[in-house]
Amino acid sequence: MKARNFKTSTLLTLGAGALALAMLSAGTSASAEGRDPVYAAARASGQVGEKLDGYLGFPTPPSAALRSVVEDINIKRKAVYAQKAQANNATVEEYAFTAGCLAIARTTPGEKYQAPDGSWQTRGAGAPNRDSRCP
Amino acid sequence: MTTSRLTKCAGTARIQPMQGLEAQIGGKAWRLQRGAFLAVLMGGSLAAGGCVSVNAPDKPIVIELNINIKQEVIYRLAADAGNTIDQNQDIF
Repeated sequence: MKARNFKTSTLLTLGAGALALAMLSAGTSASAEGRDPVYAAARASGQVGEKLDGYLGFPTPPSAALRSVVEDINIKRKAVYAQKAQANNATVEEYAFTAGCLAIARTTPGEKYQAPDGSWQTRGAGAPNRDSRCP
Repeated sequence: MTTSRLTKCAGTARIQPMQGLEAQIGGKAWRLQRGAFLAVLMGGSLAAGGCVSVNAPDKPIVIELNINIKQEVIYRLAADAGNTIDQNQDIF
């Protein structure tokens, strides 16, 4: 009886450990999986930020290389927005703005985002300053 | 400041003599016609050439497209947009 209890508790501990490990790895990969290294570094340093309209922007004048990478991403975003907007009977602008709301909400502390007045803000520990229509 | 003309400058309007009417009523018709001709002349000088011109503003024109987006639409799209971001993490 005692031995069985020990076995159960060991299994439980192992299970909890595996679950925690899985959650940890999911947490680290959720924010930066597959990002271009130039983009990831510029995002972290605040050279690139999330705009209100669902695209990336430059709080400070970018280098030619960075501009090229970010413009490429924005073109890809627009293609995705256009496809999804059509599937949801919405305009590309509506879908892009909605994605922008969420992208700003998902910024991590230190990253830049555009406030409703168009100014660039640095994400702090609290919630970002978003448009009143954002979900 | 640049000026661009949207239309060609129109000439002053002219009234063709109403021959039939003039022949019937004689002097009275001519007096009416002369009055109309004078009015057109004055109007033409006021219009100064009669062309539409537009002056470009000095400040850049900013169009707020986001203002037309309604909250109900954003709420309808929110779940789908969240999935889209999750599925395209390389560009978000």
